[in-house]
Amino acid sequence: MTGAATVTETAVTITIDGQPVEVAEGSTIHAACVEAGIDTPTLCWAENLTPVNVCRVCVVELEGSRALVPSCSRPAEDGMVVQTDTPRVRHSRRMVLEFLGSGVDLSQAEDLHHWMDAYGADPDRYGDEGHSVERVDEPVKIQDELYIRDYSKCVLCYKCVEACGDDAQHTFAIAVAGRGFDARISTEFDVTLPDSACVYCGNCVGVCPTGALQFKTEYDLREVGEWRPEDQSVTRTVCSYCGVGCNLDLHVQDERIVKVTSPSDHSVTSGHLCIKGRFG
Amino acid sequence: MTDLFLGADRASESEAAAVDEALRSRDVDPVVRPETERLYTSGRARRAERRHYLLPALHALQNAAGWISPGGINYVAEVLGVPPAEAFGVASFYDLFRTEPPDHDGDTFHVCVDAACQIAGYDDLAASVRASGGHVHLGPCLGQCERAPALFVQGVGGRPDYVPADAEPFELPQAGDPSLRLLRRIGVADATSLESYMAHGGYQALRRAGEMGAEAVLEAVAASGLSGRGGAAFPTGVKWRAVASESGRPKHVVANCDESEPGTFKDRIVMEHDPFAVIETMTIAGLATGARNGWIYIRGEYPLATARLQGAIDAARAAGLLGDDAAGTGHGFDIAIWRGAGAYICGEETALFNSLEGFRGEPRNKPPFPTTHGLFGEPTAINNPETLLNVLDVITEGPDAYRSRGTERSPGTKLLCLSGKVGRPGLYEVPFGTTLGDLLELAGGVAGNGELQAVLMGGAAGSFVGPDSLDLPLTLEDTRAAGTTLGSGVVMAFDTSVDMTDVVVRIAEFFRDESCGQCVPCRVGAVRQHETLVQMQRKGSLSPARRALIDEMAEVMVDASICGLGHTAASAVRSALDLGLIASAPA
Ligand SMILES: Cc1cc2nc3c(=O)[nH]c(=O)nc-3n(C[C@H](O)[C@H](O)[C@H](O)COP(=O)(O)O)c2cc1C
Ligand code: SF4
Ligand code: SF4
Ligand code: SF4
Ligand code: FES
Ligand code: FES
Repeated sequence: MTGAATVTETAVTITIDGQPVEVAEGSTIHAACVEAGIDTPTLCWAENLTPVNVCRVCVVELEGSRALVPSCSRPAEDGMVVQTDTPRVRHSRRMVLEFLGSGVDLSQAEDLHHWMDAYGADPDRYGDEGHSVERVDEPVKIQDELYIRDYSKCVLCYKCVEACGDDAQHTFAIAVAGRGFDARISTEFDVTLPDSACVYCGNCVGVCPTGALQFKTEYDLREVGEWRPEDQSVTRTVCSYCGVGCNLDLHVQDERIVKVTSPSDHSVTSGHLCIKGRFG
Repeated sequence: MTDLFLGADRASESEAAAVDEALRSRDVDPVVRPETERLYTSGRARRAERRHYLLPALHALQNAAGWISPGGINYVAEVLGVPPAEAFGVASFYDLFRTEPPDHDGDTFHVCVDAACQIAGYDDLAASVRASGGHVHLGPCLGQCERAPALFVQGVGGRPDYVPADAEPFELPQAGDPSLRLLRRIGVADATSLESYMAHGGYQALRRAGEMGAEAVLEAVAASGLSGRGGAAFPTGVKWRAVASESGRPKHVVANCDESEPGTFKDRIVMEHDPFAVIETMTIAGLATGARNGWIYIRGEYPLATARLQGAIDAARAAGLLGDDAAGTGHGFDIAIWRGAGAYICGEETALFNSLEGFRGEPRNKPPFPTTHGLFGEPTAINNPETLLNVLDVITEGPDAYRSRGTERSPGTKLLCLSGKVGRPGLYEVPFGTTLGDLLELAGGVAGNGELQAVLMGGAAGSFVGPDSLDLPLTLEDTRAAGTTLGSGVVMAFDTSVDMTDVVVRIAEFFRDESCGQCVPCRVGAVRQHETLVQMQRKGSLSPARRALIDEMAEVMVDASICGLGHTAASAVRSALDLGLIASAPA
């Protein structure tokens, strides 16, 4: 999906903010932005997942299109003229971030913070004089010792659903349920994870961008104010459990493994693991 | 896929029997059976090849037990190979499905709270239903706005759904008017009789289309200038041509009978009283585009229309007008009916495909468009029934005669749904170009106190116009130039006695309730918009800062939402503010 044109592929050229960019046919506008060195916010997009294009934070202006288009999923076509920093684009990105912040807790969605600053998003301006603003307010679900789910931090990016389903795990333990603002990530009838199809691969936790899904170790440390990423070291190793050869990144704080991830560009895992590597 | 994990809950005997029966009836359907086998054997990368049975199976569960129970979900999940979490995700998407045990016995009485019923006093109706022991569920427009306040009864324990008002005699306000084209058989021909349809000119168009051949039909439809009546006014000839030019994959014709735009009831009346015309024109669309499979997706609250269409399909099939050689045209075509389950968004064409396929009714990103990636990812011509109805005249009298009515850029006639404070609410047909004032006169003028305050054009997704718009010619081009829309043909009148703030707040609530929740601008924007208006209503005024906020929210919904629901969610609200129909300045 991503990357520049190589000699064997057909290339297309599009213009982004006045600058011609060449990418392989089938690349997205977002990939072309990366190629051109233009930083673009994304939330529901990830290189190891199929684009669902639901968050709309990555929108750009495309000449000839009435509405803005999601750069993360729209394929670049030869001759397209794209603007990434017009007032319309800035307004929509700002409003999307503001809307999200007005409804859920983004305090641990660290990747979004500098974009919120950059676009001047002010999620607090919706309430006014006793006027209450509906938020997602739910108790944290702690149902086992492996990971927690705090849907008051969930932005409904669908990443966990994709990672649990078609894109990695094929377990389908979780799906989107309900409609509109009441939509939630849920097991069937909201049964607990131990009662669901979940196999505790932790892939959903690995892709969650907001801290809504969190390893219990991290959650417990955060609760007592002891989560210190700056004091953590990361060691790359290969999982020894089976012969597949998954790369593991062990995050160590105070000589204790506090989190296990896998590089999303790794050829074997694409960032996804199983219970043995993740929690073993 | 890996084996499904199912919890311990088991379906009751009646739940299992209801699902079995629903699937059995699908398995003998001439469209569904071969389609299912094709999906099953074609090696397509679909997870569950019988997944499109999910909606009928959920309907069966809901009707059997009054809710979708964990045991019921497990049963359906196992039979169809759908993960229970996903089946639950689908069930919980729809208004007509409950995923919690009912707190009442017996049927559910759905009472509409949208504009026409709001000003006709739906609360009195709800109170009287409650007084007689019925369980009331307040919900969105039921597509019976001309007979507001509206009621739909959802049966349980094997009892069928019904609409009490269907027992009343039906009369078209313009009955006997010789200028009627689209409505000429309504109330005249017997809707349950193929012979009667034939005696009133039925199936002449299909026979003629068979003689002309697909290419000539495509040319005629393009030359007629016919455009879509579902709201977006896309040229039908262009759509059909695009599907016709696709080859190598199965193709589909879909009639979008979801009709859920508040204020709209035209398709219901057509389907109930002229069902064979929908079947005949779908067959013509199949012939023209080369599609063999027809699908009718009809909203779940239309039991009579569903029964009449099924009756028409059965009769047409028995007479050889559907099937391997439809009406001797040499083209094979047949039709299956799918019932929706209470979701306005499922009228959006790509949400409709997802819903029919057994997924959540979430719109897909476009492009790609339905003409190349529609139902089951295959080329699909999807049309509104009113659009289809026009094809009869285009074929039988030719595009030139068809164009003799209406205007150059809006040829033909238009069905308009008159409701609210008018003398004779109901379905009307007028040539494009008729003025709004003349139309209101035709419908008996403004009722209530007789003084017009505003007209809602195009439904909740449309906009309000004031009394100074009575000279507005009702055409696509004139309404667009005036900043409003014909949309799905809604013309809802309000006299000066109506508190428009209530009406507008409810419209905002409608979008909040009906947003599918997929994209951020609409999922959150529709909620914030509604909250802002509720606050305005409490305070009795809207500060300039709050007014600006409404515009800012509207801008992102229009610019960055995935589908038309988000694009139009602020339209009626803003028009009401612009016209000064609701509080705008600080008190
Ligand atoms: C939220 C939403 C609801 C819609 N509901 C309907 C509907 O109930 N019936 C319909 O024909 N079109 C509906 N449409 C329009 C369809 O997406 C589509 O344009 C139409 O079915 C095409 O048929 P036509 O070209 O004959 O109008 C809806 C669109 C949106 C965005
Ligand atoms: S841990 Fe794995 S199986 Fe369990 S919900 Fe997350 S992705 Fe699905
Ligand atoms: S839980 Fe996390 S990954 Fe899942 S939808 Fe919410 S924010 Fe996205
Ligand atoms: S605009 Fe609204 S209804 Fe349409 S996809 Fe987005 S959330 Fe769903
Ligand atoms: S990142 Fe593109 S829509 Fe979410
Ligand atoms: S039925 Fe009540 S507004 Fe349509």
